[in-house]
Amino acid sequence: MHSDPNLYDFWPYRDRPKITWPGNKKVAFWVAPNIEFYELDPPINPSRKPWGRPHPDIVPYSARDWGNRVGHWRLMEVMDEFNVRGSISLSVAMLDHHPEIIRACVDRDWEFFSHGIYNTRYSYNMTEAQERAVLEDSIKSVMDATGQRIRGYLAPALTHTERTLDLLAEYGFWYSCDLFQDDQPQPVKVKGDNRLISMPYSLEVNDVITYGIYHQSPRAYADALKRHFDQLLEEGAETGTVMCIPLHAYLVGHPHRIGPFREALRYITSHRDDVWVTTAKEIAEFYMANHYDQTLADIARRGDARPGTGFNPQGGL
Amino acid sequence: MSILPDSYFTYAKRHAGPDHDHYPASPIIDRTPITLPGGAKLGLWVVVPLEFFPLNPSGQPFKAPGAMQTPYPDLRHYTTRDYGNRVGAYRLLTLFGKLGLRVTFAVQGAVAERYPGLVRDVLSDGHDICAHGWDADSLHHSGLSAEVEDGYITRTLDAVQTACGYRPDGWLSPARAEGFATPARLAAKGISWFADWAHDDLPTRFRTEAGELAALPLSNELDDWQILINYTRPEHEWATQVADAADWLLDEAGRFNSPRLLTLTVRPYVSGLPYRVKALGDSLKDVLDRAGATGVTPRDLTRTLSA
Repeated sequence: MHSDPNLYDFWPYRDRPKITWPGNKKVAFWVAPNIEFYELDPPINPSRKPWGRPHPDIVPYSARDWGNRVGHWRLMEVMDEFNVRGSISLSVAMLDHHPEIIRACVDRDWEFFSHGIYNTRYSYNMTEAQERAVLEDSIKSVMDATGQRIRGYLAPALTHTERTLDLLAEYGFWYSCDLFQDDQPQPVKVKGDNRLISMPYSLEVNDVITYGIYHQSPRAYADALKRHFDQLLEEGAETGTVMCIPLHAYLVGHPHRIGPFREALRYITSHRDDVWVTTAKEIAEFYMANHYDQTLADIARRGDARPGTGFNPQGGL
Repeated sequence: MSILPDSYFTYAKRHAGPDHDHYPASPIIDRTPITLPGGAKLGLWVVVPLEFFPLNPSGQPFKAPGAMQTPYPDLRHYTTRDYGNRVGAYRLLTLFGKLGLRVTFAVQGAVAERYPGLVRDVLSDGHDICAHGWDADSLHHSGLSAEVEDGYITRTLDAVQTACGYRPDGWLSPARAEGFATPARLAAKGISWFADWAHDDLPTRFRTEAGELAALPLSNELDDWQILINYTRPEHEWATQVADAADWLLDEAGRFNSPRLLTLTVRPYVSGLPYRVKALGDSLKDVLDRAGATGVTPRDLTRTLSA
């Protein structure tokens, strides 16, 4: 084990080279509905219990199923109202379990990225071959069902191995949502000549944390979203920032929560002169074409570039 | 050699619909509209659990929310919960009487046996009753033999029947905990509806090996325990959330031309406290004062499935 993942270099948030998003926008804004499937009776990974109570733990299970029967449609309606396309963090098995949801997302040209096969199967203890199988399943299954080549990844239930990011790069992924070190994208230090970036996601304005950990009220959440946006907009005048709202329909879709969220989304999308309302893949594509090399050069200029790659501080393959 | 077997990467239930056979997938936007009494657009279903929390819980297979917490004898939690059945429940009965709201009391067998007078008062005030398991330490789970679980169910139904004069056909499991076999065992004992699963906003049909149950929706996200105790939000924030929910659901009912349901569990030892009961009353009145809102009973809800 390492004391530092070495997946990225220190890059202080001052005097960075300017990022200007397409159309001279200051904030790249994306919304990430997590469309997940949690199994009623999943097999056990020795590193993490899937449910708190003995199986079947029907309270949280049925709450998540509610998201796929009720909450999803409510959230989708609100996103439609403000012309926001989702970038979906997808439990890939949802392609099989709920094709009706997948069709609705395809019809809206939403982006899919992989969030593992099930959110009850964890990456811990996987061999390289097993982890490769999950990535290959993800790429092929989404391609077969939607015609989309997935370019992004958020590890299932945020469970990783030391090789996860290297494998993503090798399989032609462009971005990972697994790192929370910045409000701008940054190159991830992976093996070989592959390029992978960290995409700003969020565990702070993520409804799982808002409701599950911080226990905020829905109106307080909406207020936090607005303030989060205001700050990133102000800073975005200097160099473009990224704001993501990660969501779970089984939480934000409840009737006591969706109204305040709708007001926050209305507020943010009313700033379209300054805000690029887009998807993670489009942000990644633009950043890699225009700012990837610029970032590396700036880090090198500051003397902050360290050798090696993720979990491999000495470098070498 | 991996410590994760190959079976961790095979997915036997990776097929259309849920990974169980109780009900098929059904997006709510595709449902046939339901009908509520009087053409109401918003049905308010309030459920009041009457629970008995033993002073000496086994805590198996887990401690129910509200169970004893300090070393034996945990008089503070025992009497706090008992306060609910002695005082809080009556405060709620008075409140519902003023509002003219008929609610559903979910009665545990141990409560019916110990406090039959409370059950009679609930009945004489015109409320509905369903069974709520034996007590808060008799949890249903897959480790129970059929004999033990059937015993819990029968003993509960017998006790509630003795107290209220009829055999309940509705059920809420203690801590909403079930084993895999629980729904079928309930159906086999004559239960026709239950409210353990929170997978929908509307009543749904729920298949079991012993026949079909009506699964009534009952939110876990907006009840007094979740908002006031678990999330430690103050009463006025709870009221705001209930009001926001009512606004949204009424609007949705109009847009989808199908009534919606606002479901709320209120516990006598939580909502029946002096500083909370008025806030609850104001909140319920605010919902019921809306055009198209009405209180609903289990029968109103199960009837939506008979079409």
